[in-house]
Amino acid sequence: MLRILRQIWHTGTITEPAPDCRDPEVEKAGIELKRIIDRRFGGSLAIREVDAGSCNACELEIHAINNAFYDVARFGIHFVASPRHADVLLVTGPVSRHMEAALRRTWEATPAPKYVIACGQCACDGGEFGISYASCGAVENVLPVDVKIPGCPPPPLELLRSLLAAIGGA
Amino acid sequence: MSRFDWLSELLARFEDEHILVRRGWARRLAPAHLLQIDAEDWGKAAAEAATFGCRWAGLWGEHLEEEIQVNACLVFKGDYLVLRTEVPAGEPLLPSHTPHFPGADRLERHAQDLLGLAFGDHPDERRWTRHLAWQEDEYPLRRDFPVQGHAGGETPPDGEYPFRAVLGSGVYEIPVGPVHAGIIEPGHFRFSAVGERVIRLEQHLGYVHKGIEKIAVGRDAEGVVRLAGRISGDSTVAHAWAACQALERACGVQPPERADFLRALFCERERVANHLGDIGAICNDVGFAFALQQFHRLREIWSRRSGERFGHRMMMDRLVPGGVAVDLDRGAAETLRTDHQALRTELERLYDILTDHPSLEDRLLGTGRLSAETARALGCTGYVGKASGQPCDIRHHSPYAPYQRLEVRPAVREEGDVMARMQVRMEEILESLRLMDELLALLPGGEVRAPFHHPGKACEGLGMVDGWRGEILTYVRLDAEGRLAHFFPRDPSWFTWPALERIQLGNIVPDFPVCNKSVNGSYSGGDL
Ligand code: SF4
Repeated sequence: MLRILRQIWHTGTITEPAPDCRDPEVEKAGIELKRIIDRRFGGSLAIREVDAGSCNACELEIHAINNAFYDVARFGIHFVASPRHADVLLVTGPVSRHMEAALRRTWEATPAPKYVIACGQCACDGGEFGISYASCGAVENVLPVDVKIPGCPPPPLELLRSLLAAIGGA
Repeated sequence: MSRFDWLSELLARFEDEHILVRRGWARRLAPAHLLQIDAEDWGKAAAEAATFGCRWAGLWGEHLEEEIQVNACLVFKGDYLVLRTEVPAGEPLLPSHTPHFPGADRLERHAQDLLGLAFGDHPDERRWTRHLAWQEDEYPLRRDFPVQGHAGGETPPDGEYPFRAVLGSGVYEIPVGPVHAGIIEPGHFRFSAVGERVIRLEQHLGYVHKGIEKIAVGRDAEGVVRLAGRISGDSTVAHAWAACQALERACGVQPPERADFLRALFCERERVANHLGDIGAICNDVGFAFALQQFHRLREIWSRRSGERFGHRMMMDRLVPGGVAVDLDRGAAETLRTDHQALRTELERLYDILTDHPSLEDRLLGTGRLSAETARALGCTGYVGKASGQPCDIRHHSPYAPYQRLEVRPAVREEGDVMARMQVRMEEILESLRLMDELLALLPGGEVRAPFHHPGKACEGLGMVDGWRGEILTYVRLDAEGRLAHFFPRDPSWFTWPALERIQLGNIVPDFPVCNKSVNGSYSGGDL
């Protein structure tokens, strides 16, 4: 056990904020973001992520902003399990018709004021899937959208920057 | 061992059972062998193939003029056999393969919902992919069904799916989804539990059905590959590769050798990235957040390198018909080799911890067992199959370029539990690193893209690629103008999702996340 703890501790220190682990651009974007979140949202921004039909690559990049490099939590942003706790719905994918009702219900369950961010090309304009018997296309065809983050998928730094712009403009 | 040395024996058995083989083609879907049989023999042929020991690898159908053509893919000793038959579109009745191959269940129901095939003796008459976006008597993959569909307005929620209820004192149901608590894809799980123990798990998927097979129709080759790269984003390389293979085989296009090597390099990078992410997530699901942080750190370093060297963190759209869209520039090979070594060093330290951490063992050992028989019956490939004694890895058993030039050693375990699935992935990362070093050492020079020509007549092709989740099987048919007439990509998740229903049995509800993560089926990849 001691050996394991020692190893954990030892390995753990390499991931700690070693300078090359911290991207200066992330820091800059993040600090600005934190100021805005502090001012507008009392220091904490709760995001409920909803996959409304994505190919799942957008989810991978949203996951990535939680990793130790970007560590989005230190700026007050956190992902919540229930829409009832959320300030923001971060929606990915074209909205599949089979997810349409679930997405609407999630939106209805989110307390006002609420922001909807369309994340990824599909969410912005339907992307590769467009509108069909199975897909409603862009998120704005189903819900009022406040901000669009393009990219297929948007890389984590782009996600952070866009969140900043989104909240700044909201 | 020579290819198809077993086929004459299977054909003899068909003859004994009076199954008439109308025609056979060795080259039309090469490397697969194609056999045309009568619809009435469809079930008998499956019964024979099952006793013979074949693995069932997929089913798809296409609405031609008056008929619906149906294909089923079987695999034996690494050789692919496609059975084909036709049924009248007005009365598309066919015996089911599910009684002989349980893994056929959902794909047959998918074909029923999208194409209107009726499988007479199918043990489960319920719909699968269809919710309420189209009517029961409408079939999106029929030619007369418009791509925009008929329904206008909002799609109602699908509250009426007939789950099988478990009755008895003390049994209660827990409905979960489609929107889940984490950052994951949507799907519905219905648990029946007594106390904490799950006695039945039923999945209801199809929420992210995007009509991929339908919207592919009419596209050119590039458009199909772009779409294929978005069937399941985490497998973008593997799906795009399978589509490229199918298209190139259909049209007789030979990608340059260098492109084969780069495709394999990208595909192994994809495997490493996903395994790193999932090992971290598995540990996190039993409360070992340390591993999540460590492995996601490694994954991020890895993705950054892909972005920097290949222009996309997940290498989306790097594969194109005829080759690849990006070359390895000077110096890149050295950088990658150094990365591989650095990752090996990091993993050595981390693996040491994972393999000697009693609380991890306590939660992962014996949890979520999948027996070898079930894995075989369902046709599980990838780490789910390998952890339950199924060595199938088509890089080894049916090697395609460039894997004929490498010796892939599949990692196999017998235990079939969460730990075994994690260990297979740990070993696969190391094997991929070794393979990538070899790919770089053997990398031929020359072009990375051959011109993609269509032969000017209708043609069809089959692609098979070992993605990180397992075997992907992709069928394409092009019309005389070179436009896509039919597209069917089969993700390995079709067979591992039903495995998860079995895996969860007898396990406690709180262990569902870790069981689920250890399988990690693709919702998008199966919902299509
Ligand atoms: S934007 Fe791209 S990555 Fe995101 S869901 Fe659409 S296809 Fe997938």
